[in-house]
Amino acid sequence: MTDQETEKTIVIPGDALEEEGQLRGGINTYTENGSVYAKVVGVRDVKRQQVRVIPFKGRYVPKENDLVIGSIAKVSGTSWIVELNSPYNGLMTLSESTEEFIDLDEHHLSEFYDVGEVVLVKIKRVTPKKHVQLTMKDNMARKITGGRIIEVSPTKVPRLIGKDGTMVTTVKDYTRCTIIVGQNGRVWIKGTYEDLAERAIRKIEEEAHTDGLTDIMSQWLEQELGTTETIGDD
Amino acid sequence: MVQDADITLIDDNGIRFDGRQTDEMRPVSMEVGVLHNADGSAMVEIGKTRILAAVYGPKELHPQHLQDQTTGILQVRYNMAPFSTEDRQKPGPNRRASEISLVARKALEPVVFLEEYPMTTVKVYIEVIEADASTRATGITAASLALADAGIPMKGLITACAAGKVGDSIVLDVASKEDSYGEADVPLAMIGGTDDITLLQIDSSGLTHEELDEALRMGKKGCEYLFEKQKEALYRQYSQVIT
Repeated sequence: MTDQETEKTIVIPGDALEEEGQLRGGINTYTENGSVYAKVVGVRDVKRQQVRVIPFKGRYVPKENDLVIGSIAKVSGTSWIVELNSPYNGLMTLSESTEEFIDLDEHHLSEFYDVGEVVLVKIKRVTPKKHVQLTMKDNMARKITGGRIIEVSPTKVPRLIGKDGTMVTTVKDYTRCTIIVGQNGRVWIKGTYEDLAERAIRKIEEEAHTDGLTDIMSQWLEQELGTTETIGDD
Repeated sequence: MVQDADITLIDDNGIRFDGRQTDEMRPVSMEVGVLHNADGSAMVEIGKTRILAAVYGPKELHPQHLQDQTTGILQVRYNMAPFSTEDRQKPGPNRRASEISLVARKALEPVVFLEEYPMTTVKVYIEVIEADASTRATGITAASLALADAGIPMKGLITACAAGKVGDSIVLDVASKEDSYGEADVPLAMIGGTDDITLLQIDSSGLTHEELDEALRMGKKGCEYLFEKQKEALYRQYSQVIT
């Protein structure tokens, strides 16, 4: 079905995505008898002779080199199990958490990261059996304290970040917040106008399929900021 | 229910007790995304049969011994609400519900790309709110919509409906009375837009080969009709999202 105004085609599982055999199947598609079909409900998208489906919904599946926000679920003798808002938990070993030597006779791992604490980690490796190995050996990786964490649909993360990070930068600049978007749909916000930042992110999530959303968001934030500042002055 | 020996399920002109033609379905309505907590959900009404389906997952599978490193699994629960029938339905699983949960799972499995999610489960809950026959077929139709709504990768949608035999006629979409006093009930599930059948059961006190062929032909027509309704429901739900 085509939406005339935006020219976006909604597809559902089993819908044929191309008829002429010109395009290759990309993500969220399958090929049968030379034709490409949609696997999930989403929007049809063509790029570089490849047709793919941008999904509306779905769970996060860990991918190598993704930066994600997880919470410590278990501490064991030499490693941590990290919950990732996904069907798969991650494993972070002591050696991946620090360069320093840690004497386990003197220290317990919970002194570094305890159950319930939140970490920004990088996914080092995902095996075909979906064992997820995490690492803190990344410039961005760290323990997260303060601020707030909100969850958005993982399928909306690319939109929230925007092209070259323009969208999230817009929100950061207006709200004077540090915002880190984990690929698993968790967003950390800390700064001056956290409430406004959260509302902005919710708005982006809701209107993810609108064209020119970055400009709309700039205007909206400017307008909202006006009212926020008035309240702040009182 | 009061036994009525004189009930006329189908008259001489081929009109059924509720005024339908033999190949006519009851009014159908479908809606997607009716529950907020579920990853995907759907409500399907066919006549007075009303079914809610909810999908959760893929998520970590427990107990661990059920985990499979090569694929995810589908777990389906079919359940009738205590108030769904005229006589109170005793809550909890029973032989019939277990059977329907099993056949519903087997009807849905062929289209779900479960191998993309090893070690996990996708949970499907089929809740019968009101029952007026064809609940397993309608439940499967609703479940497949809910799976699509949850963003689970699928080959296509599953559509199911029931044909049956009343008197000497083959009819489409049997209602409760026809199920109770009729001769046969033939639920059928198909992959939408194809000729592939994923569920076929026959509950009958006498159905000839020719009659079965006719029931299949009619059931297929019913599935085609419901498939259009399913697509419509999904397109309608998601057009709202992008505008």
